[in-house]
Amino acid sequence: MRHEVRFSGFGGQGIILAAVILGRAAALYDGKHAVQTQVYGPEARGGASMSAVIIDDEPILYPEVTVPDIYVIMSQEGFERYGAKAPAEAVMVIDSDMVEARPACRFVEVKATSEARITLGKVIVANIVMLGAVVATTGVVSDAAIEKAVLDSVPKGTEKLNLAALRKGMELVRVKKP
Amino acid sequence: MSRVEFMQGNTACAEGALAAGCGFFAGYPITPSTEVAEHMAAKLPKRKGVFVQMEDEIASIAAVIGASWTGARAMTATSGPGFSLMMENLGYAVMTETPCVVVNIQRGGPSTGQPTLGAQGDMLQCRFGSHGDYSIIALSPSSVQEMFELTAKAFSLSERYRVPAFLMGDEIIGHMRERLTIPDSVEVAARRRLEPGTLPYTAGEDGIPGFPTFGQGYGVHVTGLTHDERGYPAATNPRLHEKLVMRLVHKVESARKEMADYVVTNPGAEQVFISYGAPARSVFQLLHDRPGEEIGHLRLRVVWPFPEFALGEFPDAKTFLVPEMNLGQVAREIQRHTDVPVIPVPRLGGDLHPPAMLAKALEASR
Repeated sequence: MRHEVRFSGFGGQGIILAAVILGRAAALYDGKHAVQTQVYGPEARGGASMSAVIIDDEPILYPEVTVPDIYVIMSQEGFERYGAKAPAEAVMVIDSDMVEARPACRFVEVKATSEARITLGKVIVANIVMLGAVVATTGVVSDAAIEKAVLDSVPKGTEKLNLAALRKGMELVRVKKP
Repeated sequence: MSRVEFMQGNTACAEGALAAGCGFFAGYPITPSTEVAEHMAAKLPKRKGVFVQMEDEIASIAAVIGASWTGARAMTATSGPGFSLMMENLGYAVMTETPCVVVNIQRGGPSTGQPTLGAQGDMLQCRFGSHGDYSIIALSPSSVQEMFELTAKAFSLSERYRVPAFLMGDEIIGHMRERLTIPDSVEVAARRRLEPGTLPYTAGEDGIPGFPTFGQGYGVHVTGLTHDERGYPAATNPRLHEKLVMRLVHKVESARKEMADYVVTNPGAEQVFISYGAPARSVFQLLHDRPGEEIGHLRLRVVWPFPEFALGEFPDAKTFLVPEMNLGQVAREIQRHTDVPVIPVPRLGGDLHPPAMLAKALEASR
């Protein structure tokens, strides 16, 4: 099974790190193949940021994302540039604090930024909340894999905070599910 | 125990250098190669190696050449404009037979071009960019794992043949992350020491003189001028110059078979893709998507010296299709060695050939 996951937001939200952690979870802890890439330009800071992960049971030959089936969107501009044309079969996880628009495909709303700022006390972990939400929504990697990948990707001393953010993201989605 | 990582190509390149025993890095940061320097800056000092951020790329390659003469395995990494700046001293490295590894994570040119996007526009520059006649070694990785392996191999070849070795990567492979397995140890050929009592530029049959490392008691003169076997300038002696340049070329070209490193798929095919670096990934996809068809693929891991005998691996070839992220630089070399029609499939702009583009080229060539 092949999944193409596209993350978008603005520079500084940790859009690339979120993709790296997801790829790491798949490649190192779920025994899958993963390739992570990013759109990256000299003018990227503060502007729309996009990164992607392909996860597959088979080796990944062509490394560029063609038709994403999972979207993780953290800004309105990111939605407009990288999410608005999501195909009907895709699923999108939206930070509803940051994105006004809604796609034509199935979507899940998560108040990641306010949960990070208020409940967890650090807005910087909003990307990890989103990561928890996307794993809970799609099962694209296992819970155990994403936990391990978060733990070895975040700075020392922030493990507890990031793990709490990840679990918060999972919980926000799972509570909503009937 | 080998170590498994999920790592960027550029970081894997730095890890390959460290595994190969690189002890000296001098460079000037430039997109999209900067992560190589960054990783070396973090890791080298902890291994008693030396990292120097230089004032520019001219100084960077100069420092690398100097470090190599102290016996260090030395490297720099750059891209585009930085690579252009290194050209003069690269000729000096060739003339003085200095082992060194130059990583070029290619970006779109000419000039400042596309700093953050991939290209393969420097394949002829690395081969011919400095003045005069000479030969060098160039390797092109198609995966993060190969960024590691071929960087280590570049050290081995450079040390063995005493010639600059180029790791000709590109932004796509340099910046993507994949699984990387780092082995416990990597074997690297050591440069042969100069036998005491032998003149420093006396070479045997293989054309490679022994190396008189600075600080080990040798008295050596190192010059970019045409020099005799003592290393002394002899720039007005026509036959001596001819003999020296022929030796510098011959020691690399006569080892083409030894250095050749390529992968052959479907040798019975009539239509054959020839690729190196990132576009190989598009060819892989095309072959995978058309399992019933016999489509050949020759993937070069060593591009220079060009292994022209590899074309013979496809005795039934009717067409060679050459996807490159340039206007056909290696295609031109292939044309020199075969009567089979060679069709360049150029892709400019920074992104990979979509597999559909290769399919179209394939259909058109039938």
